[in-house]
Amino acid sequence: MARKRSLIIPGVDKQLLVRDAAKAMPDLTRRRFITGGASLGALTLLTGCDVVDSFSAEEMLKQVSKFNDAVQAAMFNPNALAPTFPESMITKPFPFNAYYDLDEAPTVDGKTWKLEVRGLVENKKSWTLDELYALPQIKQVTRHICVEGWSAIGSWTGTPLRDFLKLVGADTRAKYVWFQCADKDGYNSPLDMMTALHPQTQMTFKFADEILPRAYGFPMKIRVPTKLGFKNPKYVISMEVTNDYKGGFWEDQGYNSFSGS
Amino acid sequence: MSSLTVSNEQATSAASGKAKAIQPAWVRILHWVNAFAMVLMIMSGWQIYNASPLFAFTFSKSITLGGWLGGALLWHFAAMWILMVNGLIYLALGFATGRFRKKLLPITPEGVISDTRAALTGKLSHDDLTKYNSVQKLLYAGVIVVGVLVVLSGLAIWKPVQLQWLTALFGGYPIARYVHFFCMAAIVAFMLVHVALALIVPKSLRAMIIGR
Repeated sequence: MARKRSLIIPGVDKQLLVRDAAKAMPDLTRRRFITGGASLGALTLLTGCDVVDSFSAEEMLKQVSKFNDAVQAAMFNPNALAPTFPESMITKPFPFNAYYDLDEAPTVDGKTWKLEVRGLVENKKSWTLDELYALPQIKQVTRHICVEGWSAIGSWTGTPLRDFLKLVGADTRAKYVWFQCADKDGYNSPLDMMTALHPQTQMTFKFADEILPRAYGFPMKIRVPTKLGFKNPKYVISMEVTNDYKGGFWEDQGYNSFSGS
Repeated sequence: MSSLTVSNEQATSAASGKAKAIQPAWVRILHWVNAFAMVLMIMSGWQIYNASPLFAFTFSKSITLGGWLGGALLWHFAAMWILMVNGLIYLALGFATGRFRKKLLPITPEGVISDTRAALTGKLSHDDLTKYNSVQKLLYAGVIVVGVLVVLSGLAIWKPVQLQWLTALFGGYPIARYVHFFCMAAIVAFMLVHVALALIVPKSLRAMIIGR
């Protein structure tokens, strides 16, 4: 009884308390959580911390996102293959998707383009498209899942990234392979080494058996069926094997960095 | 207690012996933590939905959380831990203490029909808050099942490769998205009814806050 009594605050009108509590959830959430999208001070409710400005709450969400990176890395099974589909299930037309319109997509000259290979690799030579085309390729029909929620099944053909990493003598104990792209404003994205070595992670040169069209990332895309779409960089111009977390175009804006499927 | 208006039934039950809480403390705590996490999940979920709507409507920004897709995802994937851990504790205690069996069962069609009729004609008794009527039993048991489904379908669309067996169980990734959406819709519908009825019978709300 005593324990129960202590929950009642002396001097507070209980009827009013109850009435206020009734209104509390929707109103509080509305007032505290939404305005402008950034006033995230609401976690004071939970923690009792003195979170006055939105920055701290954002900082906390970032920490949880890092924790989620670790959880997803632990969940990642290097032998689990993404489901594959018959060619009859390929989505037609396959959507073009970027943070710009198609007419702003990079136009890369395949004759002069070279893939720059940097970082913790034995052979830092740059690769021409013809040299890359000469590598053994395999075809995969998998589901591309966008961070926005939509998905589409496509057919991608190319060289397993892990074969290429072996070929250039990459230090596969390094943490990341970091890709830079020719997109306007400079797209880039880090890929954790575990995923880079996954058998389905691919340096892609063809879509639906045709040379990769400009819309889908000519001359080279990194197809990662175990990641969300934004972790599948297009128009790749360089890869760097590194232990440093160099951030990424979307990752820096708040998308979860691991973003595994 | 004396300063509150107490119904005769409660007074007699209190007099007959040790006054027992209508809602034990663990139920109350888990209930409000769940309510908090659910509201965060739903509002951030609406913002995520807006990035690629399944239907010909989007949710007004005034009722979403996160400001944009990236912000909403951060909220969604943070609040999910509160929802999941809290929900697992609730399920474990609900089974272990026998609360589910004692409070939510049995649910009979006859009971649901007669109690629905009584409710709609204003004849449903709320004198004994320790006993749920058949409509309450059905809705509470139902929303627990939907709560489990919303978490499972959420996991299915979060991890369609690592948990592909689960995604397949829901009929594949695109269908799992719809399942996740309709579970949300069912929970929101439940919440509207639940909150409205709690306000109509304020002593039930009081019981969920202070236990009596």
